[in-house]
Amino acid sequence: MKRSKRRYLLLQIDVEGSLNEREFLDAIWGSIARLYGENGASLTNMSLIKYDEEKKSALIRVSLSALQSVRASLALITRISDRSVAVQVIKISGTIKSLGARTAQ
Amino acid sequence: MKHIFADLHLRLNPKNLASASRIVTKAASLGYDLIAVPFLPDTQKEEMDKLSEICKSAKIDFVNRVDLQARTRDQLISQLRKLRRRYELICVSCETKEIARQAAKDRRVDLINFPSADYTRRFLDKAEAELICNSLAAWEIDAKPLFLLEGSSRARFISSVRREISIAKDFKIPIVISSGVSNEFLLRKPREMVALAGLFGLDEASALKAISTTPVSMVKRNREKLGPGFVAPGIDVMKEGDDC
Repeated sequence: MKRSKRRYLLLQIDVEGSLNEREFLDAIWGSIARLYGENGASLTNMSLIKYDEEKKSALIRVSLSALQSVRASLALITRISDRSVAVQVIKISGTIKSLGARTAQ
Repeated sequence: MKHIFADLHLRLNPKNLASASRIVTKAASLGYDLIAVPFLPDTQKEEMDKLSEICKSAKIDFVNRVDLQARTRDQLISQLRKLRRRYELICVSCETKEIARQAAKDRRVDLINFPSADYTRRFLDKAEAELICNSLAAWEIDAKPLFLLEGSSRARFISSVRREISIAKDFKIPIVISSGVSNEFLLRKPREMVALAGLFGLDEASALKAISTTPVSMVKRNREKLGPGFVAPGIDVMKEGDDC
């Protein structure tokens, strides 16, 4: 079976206060599911690779075919646990290695 | 080719300069090169100048715009006559069909906006589209309702805009996508706006055009027109006096 192509997204989370990994992940899945339904959400193959609560950054992996859907869903996240939030995509790459330097900064 | 990204509808409060400065800085950091700020028709020039200074320090191009919310056709015509030369952009917020039709006919209007998310109060049908395509106006879509609405009302809004976009494409109406927000947490990068435009059925090239080429060329055209030597498109006064 041919492996599906993936993209890694480096995210910056603008939030008042802090946000834990669970809240963040639930917010992403919730936003995708609200916009595209549960079936659509399952097709994104989204998974959280790394989450840095201190730096307010995250690294997620999604299926290439669902990239635009995930970007739209991330853009529509405005509140998490009654806190104003904006999730910005900093960089997109096909390999985790090329994002490594940026994540280390 | 590097795109020049524009947000033609960034609501800043000229009375709260600290907040305005924060939003402008955020817009610049997200990659916008040009922003247009809507003012009331009676706004003082000093207030605009203060915002212009903030934009200058953030290295972002500032455009002043007025949003007309006329109740009758005659009121709209009178406002256009009075304000056309004072503002770089004129947008008509269409609350009634009568206003929408007049705005679509008038060549002094730059942007036509349907502020209501309610599909019964959005008037971009084929008749409206035919009028717009014969004028110089573009249709502005605000992304703000996408952030504020939820569930069925958001689905209905997306569905209405998608239907209107297919009409706009048929009539080749220029489309401008703006944020329409007044809070830095609702500002999104131009590329995220492209992704959001995908929800309305716009492909990537059309969405990029709607946030860069179309708004930028509209501002450029209007600045030329408001220049002191402008006579007609392509004709400028170069020299005046007896020795010409």
